[in-house]
Amino acid sequence: MRRLVWRAAELVGSTPETATARTLRFRVPGWPGHLAGQHVDVRLTAEDGYRTQRSYSLAGPADGEHVELTVEDVPDGEVSPYLTEIMEAGDQVEIRGPVGGWFVWRPDNDRPVLLVAGGSGIVPLMAMIRTRRQAGSRAPFRLLYSLRGPDSVYYADELRRPDPGLDVSYLYTRSAPEGVSRPAGRIMLADLAEGGWPAAHAPDCYVCGPTGFVEAAADLLLALGHAPERIRTERFGPTGG
Amino acid sequence: MGGIVSIISRGFHGRRRDAGDRLPPGQYLVEDFPVLSAGPTPRVPPERWEFAIDTEAGVTHRWTWPEFLALPQERPTVDIHCVTEWSKLDTSWEGVSLDTLFEDVDTAADYALVYSYGGYTTNLPLEDLLDGKAWIVHRFDGEELQPQHGGPARLLVPHLYFWKSAKWVRGIRLLDEDHPGFWETAGYHNYGDPWREQRYEGD
Amino acid sequence: MTAEHLDGNTLAGPLGEIFAVDVTTATGRCANCGLTGPIGSLHVYGPDPGLVGRCPGCDEVILRLVRGPGAAWLDLRGTVTLRVDLPD
Repeated sequence: MRRLVWRAAELVGSTPETATARTLRFRVPGWPGHLAGQHVDVRLTAEDGYRTQRSYSLAGPADGEHVELTVEDVPDGEVSPYLTEIMEAGDQVEIRGPVGGWFVWRPDNDRPVLLVAGGSGIVPLMAMIRTRRQAGSRAPFRLLYSLRGPDSVYYADELRRPDPGLDVSYLYTRSAPEGVSRPAGRIMLADLAEGGWPAAHAPDCYVCGPTGFVEAAADLLLALGHAPERIRTERFGPTGG
Repeated sequence: MGGIVSIISRGFHGRRRDAGDRLPPGQYLVEDFPVLSAGPTPRVPPERWEFAIDTEAGVTHRWTWPEFLALPQERPTVDIHCVTEWSKLDTSWEGVSLDTLFEDVDTAADYALVYSYGGYTTNLPLEDLLDGKAWIVHRFDGEELQPQHGGPARLLVPHLYFWKSAKWVRGIRLLDEDHPGFWETAGYHNYGDPWREQRYEGD
Repeated sequence: MTAEHLDGNTLAGPLGEIFAVDVTTATGRCANCGLTGPIGSLHVYGPDPGLVGRCPGCDEVILRLVRGPGAAWLDLRGTVTLRVDLPD
């Protein structure tokens, strides 16, 4: 590994995921590749030299010099409204990465995997799901995806398509669609007991989301007997958008 | 900023950075009150709270919460400037002037090290705490000071960058020699005057 | 109250400017309570005014990192050793 450098990144396309989130595809000449679960720093510079930066998880597997980020538009944010509303194909930012060797999944690992996503915490977990599929891995995956309601699902069509060895459960916190028996609410012990793996299977657990969600889910996993060293977490802090 | 400006993000303007004469260089205005923290928020119940001034001669002056509230209260309205580039104008506070707390303190020390519940420290020349320049405040905007903003009580030294206004303040140690605090030993400027943009060591 | 911090992996980018290896996978030992674990499992506060990594066992400061224009300041006072796995 070499030290990190900022690279020019050109927007080549963008697609909406929900009413408030977009997936942005950048071309980054010289991109060294990355692992599922890693993130990047994105830096914006204004005409007058003013600069600011934010961290975003990579949404897709390594793909040559292309990277994909899914960005939620934070109301009154400084960076996310630019990325999701103003930026057009051909516009540039700078990207530095990939970073993070701890919250990663490698396709040579065939242990069972439990992914627990809170809201936009799905992004790095989706990179793991896509990497697994692309590599033809046989590691069994279960995804518990906590979100407000059916309108908030990222990657909805892709997650609906059959993917052998991947089970997906949705945990709606505000409004559940017709026909869903679980009442809307925050993640509970029963969700992880039913939708996860028994602790005896010693799955690798990846939990990503807002801080409160990650705390709650990690505590529940510990209560179910999962070993602390098998639980990896990534909190989305107060980044200021 | 430094470095070479290479890639401009077309159409990116960033936060408001208008240069009114109340805004020190490099600052932008905020309406909300950002919370920055270097550790878990201490929860100090008033019955366990105390504030102390420890002199260089080894004398300690202490105030319990009721004793502190019984002192003459002032209501400063001041502009505050954070080293992370936000400024907030006309913030209103209620608390006790350091001049009041120092009335009976005999000292020849030149330096103060402010220490907090939770372990935070910050240093400044003693003269920057006196002559109406600093307060120990316990109310903000008419309300009790919330724990995330330093409640029950914090130091308020508005003429320096806001990291000097230690949250959860517990006491002030008076010293003959300067003793750099938490951020001052990690690259931030020892004095921190926003009007001279003293952000980092060497500025 | 622990619901305010970030995870140690958030240090990967900032530390990646300084070190040629990913230090978040290195194992550190807390100078205060002796707990060992990856830097990626620290409780991290920040990023502004600086990153503060605290021991998940005792909350003591393990490392501090401040990035200014043209310089970074790194303080590792709270870690006794840093074990970094390297190829032979």
